[in-house]
Amino acid sequence: MKSLAPASTQSGLSIVAALKDAALTAAVAFGLFFFMIGLRAEQGLGGALEITTRWPSLAMLVAAVFAGAFVRALFFGRRAIPLECLLPASFARRGAKAVSSVSRFVGPALLIFALLVPVLFYQNRYILDLGIMVLTYVMLGWGLNVVIGLAGLLDLGYVAFYAVGAYSYALLATTYGLSFWICLPLAGILAAFWGIILGFPVLRLRGDYLAIVTLAFGEIIRLVLLNWQSFTGGPNGISSIPRPSFFGLPFTDGEGSFAATFGLEYSPTHRVVFLFYLILALALLTNVVTLRLRRLPIGRAWEAMREDEIACRSLGINTTTTKLTAFAIGAMFGGFAGSFFATRQGFISPESFTFGESALVLAIVVLGGMGSQLGVAVAALVMLGGFELFREFELYRMLVFGFAMVLIMIWRPRGLVATRDPSLYLTERKAIAGSFVKVQG
Amino acid sequence: MSAPMAAAASEQLPNPILTVEHLSMRFGGLVAVDDLSFTAERGQITALIGPNGAGKTTVFNCITGFYKPTTGLIRLAHADGRAYLLERLLNFRVAQRARVARTFQNIRLFQGMTALENLVVAQHNVLMKASGFTFAGLVGLKSYRSAESAAVEKARYWLERTALLSRADDPAGALAYGEQRRLEIARAMCTDPVLLCLDEPAAGLNAHESAELNDLLQFIRREHGTSVLLIEHDMSVVMEISDHIVVLDYGVKIADGTPEEIRNDPKVIAAYLGVEDEDEVANVEAEVGR
Repeated sequence: MKSLAPASTQSGLSIVAALKDAALTAAVAFGLFFFMIGLRAEQGLGGALEITTRWPSLAMLVAAVFAGAFVRALFFGRRAIPLECLLPASFARRGAKAVSSVSRFVGPALLIFALLVPVLFYQNRYILDLGIMVLTYVMLGWGLNVVIGLAGLLDLGYVAFYAVGAYSYALLATTYGLSFWICLPLAGILAAFWGIILGFPVLRLRGDYLAIVTLAFGEIIRLVLLNWQSFTGGPNGISSIPRPSFFGLPFTDGEGSFAATFGLEYSPTHRVVFLFYLILALALLTNVVTLRLRRLPIGRAWEAMREDEIACRSLGINTTTTKLTAFAIGAMFGGFAGSFFATRQGFISPESFTFGESALVLAIVVLGGMGSQLGVAVAALVMLGGFELFREFELYRMLVFGFAMVLIMIWRPRGLVATRDPSLYLTERKAIAGSFVKVQG
Repeated sequence: MSAPMAAAASEQLPNPILTVEHLSMRFGGLVAVDDLSFTAERGQITALIGPNGAGKTTVFNCITGFYKPTTGLIRLAHADGRAYLLERLLNFRVAQRARVARTFQNIRLFQGMTALENLVVAQHNVLMKASGFTFAGLVGLKSYRSAESAAVEKARYWLERTALLSRADDPAGALAYGEQRRLEIARAMCTDPVLLCLDEPAAGLNAHESAELNDLLQFIRREHGTSVLLIEHDMSVVMEISDHIVVLDYGVKIADGTPEEIRNDPKVIAAYLGVEDEDEVANVEAEVGR
């Protein structure tokens, strides 16, 4: 809308143009459907063909095409009316500001809500389990966000590190009887180590090529877990993984348990609530560390590498170590989440670590807006909550999911939170429009 | 290259910061640079000129470590006598150790980061040390915070110098073309270079902006003692500020001297006018009425 004409004339023009466009499309549709839908040849009584007409069906179809073409021309065409025009002008102006001020409160509000979930839904085991699952994916999303959102390295095999973390904990705990709190950092370190192993061969790759190699890496890890029977148990997985204890106090019924020590009546919900707070703490740790790293030279180097790798080298930044640290740190958080997954399930098998998991985490990061912590959290909530809402329509779930993704990519191609928050400022903190920010290095 | 030459050099003797000897760069059958030797004096502005495709940017890429030259030596000497063979350093080490900074012909800024962030990223190696390679910074030690505010101060200084202070918090991609060119120079200067290599800094600038660029480069040379190596087509920049000019054509050095000498060199004029031999230059000049 570059011209200076008043908005009403402008939208009037657009409507006329859209009507013309829609009429033309409807005419084409009429021509096409006249013979295919409008006329129908059927065998009559005497064996001869008789022509029956179906004018109502034809009219309905053409009307549907007309309406669809009209809406499309009006809002998405060349002379489209911006959707904001439908709202009162003052609202549209305030809209942009409101979004930024709202987003400042969404984060803390979500956090307080998350802290209160076990209190509000103490009786509702289903909600608690769902909450744990959502938080696991929030953590995975935040971990992957380091690799994709900050460093711009498209990693399609993130589930490999999740698997490494889970198997590390399962094997260390079942073989050596180590406690969860010792295994957790070990699992993180092992996953980070595998992150570096993956990082070395892909140092020179970028974009699609990097995506293919990381995809293959994820599959390799899964296949090794599946086939190395003597070590991982193969398709049978690892069962009876020790459940977490409250700093040494097990969540069981009887002497020396958590409930007995604190003089509470034993309830299996204690463990679920503990798991909920555990994953919340782990997810928050991921968030705090990531936000901290963004403000440190290493985080700025990640973002600079996403923007322009060659310029980074011309400034004396070692892009090799910068890439490897991004892979390692992202993998480490994946490993933490993996060992949490193992202790929560008590049983793991390679089936839990398929490409579908990688794709889901990636979808969360892309939908949330790459690089945005809040966006990823909201996306995880929407995505997994949405899956649960549509559980009854099992057959159509993926259809709706795919359709929703397409719509969101049309309306918000850079995710829910597209703007980038600068890591430091001189006079005024201004959000950077997503169109300036590169998606991939 | 063990003998420190700079220590023995007095003010009268030549004191080169950059010595390029017998540099050749071949891409398959194409000889982009052929046996090129030249020197750039410390504290001076040296210009590398030549028609399109003469191999100037290839020379730059060899000096700044982006290409490994096929043959030849590139020696950089710091004022304290330390010398580096640039062709043996990994690309990022040229900037980190030898302190050679560069800009690019097609601007390469971090578009999605603010102007200020661009300048702070340039101080990566200093800040990385101050942050104890991230670990001290992660727990928020005071030494890191003071190092960071020092980095911001330096960035502010260069933003002021390049008249970009009011744009500090805007994304680099939103700046106007001339501003982006200046920001790239500021970013290179934030690495504290001893040698600043500029690849066509005046490309796309108007006459007023070119004049400002001249002032900026002379300021850098005068106040910071940074030597400048410059590729440029804009003769108003080259002739006004260069102390020394090297002319390349088809990868071969055809002239080397002061601006005055270059201006009157028939070989250079022949190369720029695209004629074969020097006698014809006289004819062409007569035709255009010079």
